[in-house]
Amino acid sequence: MRALVVFLAPVWLLAQQARDTCVECHTVMEGELQKPALLMKGDVHTASALSCADCHGGDRFSDDPTVAMNKAKGFIGKPKRTEIPQLCAKCHSSPDFMRRYRPQQRVDQFELYKTSVHGKRLATGDETVATCIDCHSVHDIRGVKDNQSPVHPLRLPDTCGRCHADAQKMAKYKIPTNQLAEYKTSVHWSALAKRGDLSAPNCASCHGNHGAKPPEVESVSAVCGSCHVLFAQLYEKSVHQPIFSAASGGGGCIVCHSNHGIHQPSVAMLAGPKAVCSGCHEAGSAGAKTAEQMAQLLDGLDASLTRSENTLTLADKYGMEVSEAQVKLLDGKENLVKARLMMHSFRIEDMSKPVEAGMGVAAETLRAGQAALHDKDVRRMGLAVSVFFIAITVAAIWLLLRRQESDGSGYIEASASQITKE
Amino acid sequence: MRTKTFTWLNERLGLDGIREFAAHKTVPVHSATRWYYFGGITLFLFGVQVITGLLLMFYYRPTVAEAFDSVRFIMTRVEFGWLIRSIHSWSANLMIFMAFVHMFSVVFTHAYRSPRELTWGSGIALLGLLLGFGFSGYLLPWNQISYFATKVGADVAGSTPIVGPSIARILRGGEDVGAATLTRFFALHVMLLPMLTVALIAFHVILVQKNGMSTPPWLKASSVRQMKFFPNFFLREAMVWYGALAVLGALAAIFPWELGEKADPFASAPKGIRPEWYFLAQFYTLKLIPSHVWFIEGELLGLLGFGALAVSWALLPVWGVNRAGEARVRLVSGAGIFLVVYLAVFTYLGYVK
Repeated sequence: MRALVVFLAPVWLLAQQARDTCVECHTVMEGELQKPALLMKGDVHTASALSCADCHGGDRFSDDPTVAMNKAKGFIGKPKRTEIPQLCAKCHSSPDFMRRYRPQQRVDQFELYKTSVHGKRLATGDETVATCIDCHSVHDIRGVKDNQSPVHPLRLPDTCGRCHADAQKMAKYKIPTNQLAEYKTSVHWSALAKRGDLSAPNCASCHGNHGAKPPEVESVSAVCGSCHVLFAQLYEKSVHQPIFSAASGGGGCIVCHSNHGIHQPSVAMLAGPKAVCSGCHEAGSAGAKTAEQMAQLLDGLDASLTRSENTLTLADKYGMEVSEAQVKLLDGKENLVKARLMMHSFRIEDMSKPVEAGMGVAAETLRAGQAALHDKDVRRMGLAVSVFFIAITVAAIWLLLRRQESDGSGYIEASASQITKE
Repeated sequence: MRTKTFTWLNERLGLDGIREFAAHKTVPVHSATRWYYFGGITLFLFGVQVITGLLLMFYYRPTVAEAFDSVRFIMTRVEFGWLIRSIHSWSANLMIFMAFVHMFSVVFTHAYRSPRELTWGSGIALLGLLLGFGFSGYLLPWNQISYFATKVGADVAGSTPIVGPSIARILRGGEDVGAATLTRFFALHVMLLPMLTVALIAFHVILVQKNGMSTPPWLKASSVRQMKFFPNFFLREAMVWYGALAVLGALAAIFPWELGEKADPFASAPKGIRPEWYFLAQFYTLKLIPSHVWFIEGELLGLLGFGALAVSWALLPVWGVNRAGEARVRLVSGAGIFLVVYLAVFTYLGYVK
């Protein structure tokens, strides 16, 4: 009997360790009380063997609800919204604790949150602002890389938009609610959602995540420049930098490119009825003329490269070998990209170098394409001449045979057959 | 002067004998006479391959670093290089097609029967050599498609039981298709295969001269009218050869053989990678066979099947005739039709799927 007790004791202890009476009871409840027990099956914390009591306190081993949910056992029940960041920070701000589960994860989220607009307003008692659970969800919290997580790059804009696109929720803060709608027309969303480029900017890329706040006017070009490095460097040295920085309602890049609804830039931004330059530079002014000149340079190079490309494509379609010229054309396209980049210094002389180089490539590849098309014509003419002479030769042989065989010579009738063997 | 030269040569070469032979050589004239031309067309195209191949060798460099660029140089910089390379590629494909036509014409006119067993056997061996030319030549431009198709081909060869891994290693010159494979394939393509092919063609043609042209079994040889080989058949053959030359020129000028992109062993295989059309039927068959049939690997089973088919096809003169030496017309024609339909349908499916 003693031996049996000694043998079974560790088994019993292990079974007790695995027990979680919170889940056991809440699973058989209904409605809101059952929901957390069901949701937590997909939660990253559950996967790391953390349970309800780790956040809510109490005794998860007791079958008696008065013991399991006893304040003396640390039970806090449903935490107040204002207490949620501290509650999460209890573990997430502890390097020692986090090292056991996610050694590479940062532990400064709470500190950043406190500097954010959300955190500051929460500190004043505004309970409608976002806390951890509003973005990360609650009870079914998933890793950022999990595509079901509300903070996965593809889902984050909609998560922010849940509040920021809600006019009723934003009314008391007097901030616009069109950011999400505008963002979804932008090149950034297109890259993220259509091209599947998860590194493309979402809300958090510019505003920060835990320390979320709108970029100040001075920092706009720094925010954009964290990806568009060369553009920002040119802009910072340009004539527009001090002027745009002094602009009210947001400066820097967004003066021309907007902020959330950033569309594919085009030459139409420089000249023509939709030109953004004309918003400041009156028609006929030196600035407007420079913008027009820039547009002409870019348009001219683009048109020349397109013409070369079309010619090469046509030659390629005819089976002509133009791969060398097609590779060369890529240099021209690179120069067009460079010219568009250099435009951000707003100096014609900076743009001219890549434009001239690009025009040179366009001319060279056009010549190669035209030469290939000319070759194609020469080949076909050569073919026609060859076929003509072959046809004459065949006709001559046929006539010769007809003349020779007209009297039956060249044939041996069956009876005279000598050589053939069956 | 002309007579003196002829006499001088005749004394040394015995030209009179050849002239005598040519004067008496005849070709049977009947409803299937047109099929006699296909062996000649195949021979003509082989001649085109030899000449264009020699010209390509002036510029081609068989190294991984230079092969692709040297072919591009031939196509873009060398005077008429595009024509020579395109004709070489088109002629290769037409030659294999004509060899197949020639083989099936022999099957359907039952010309494999005694005393032409060796003619048939040497013809089958020649077809195998031509396929070897195709496989080895395909890699030489060292472009993306040929590189990956050769990888697949070498892997398939490697699946042959017992000797497979050794064959694959010998073919590739290592564990993977690379620099050693290119030089090996070049050596095979321009030395070994041409020497064997020329010797075998000579043997094949000598046998044709020795045994004469076969007449189909449903005709009595003694009741068939004969045409003099020279000049009557010879001139007709010349017209066909001229026609083939015009077709080759047209294909090369209107549809130049494309070069593709330089092979990149580190790139992922291009989509829809497949071998040349003459291996497509086998390729598609292997794709259709399940990975395991009972306890045998699917690919192995396919290769064993192709091996058995090739051996039994080469032994056609044995099972295609009865004890009296007469052709089993219905059996052989049925097998021939089955094979033609199989090759045509599976090649088409391999191409579109």
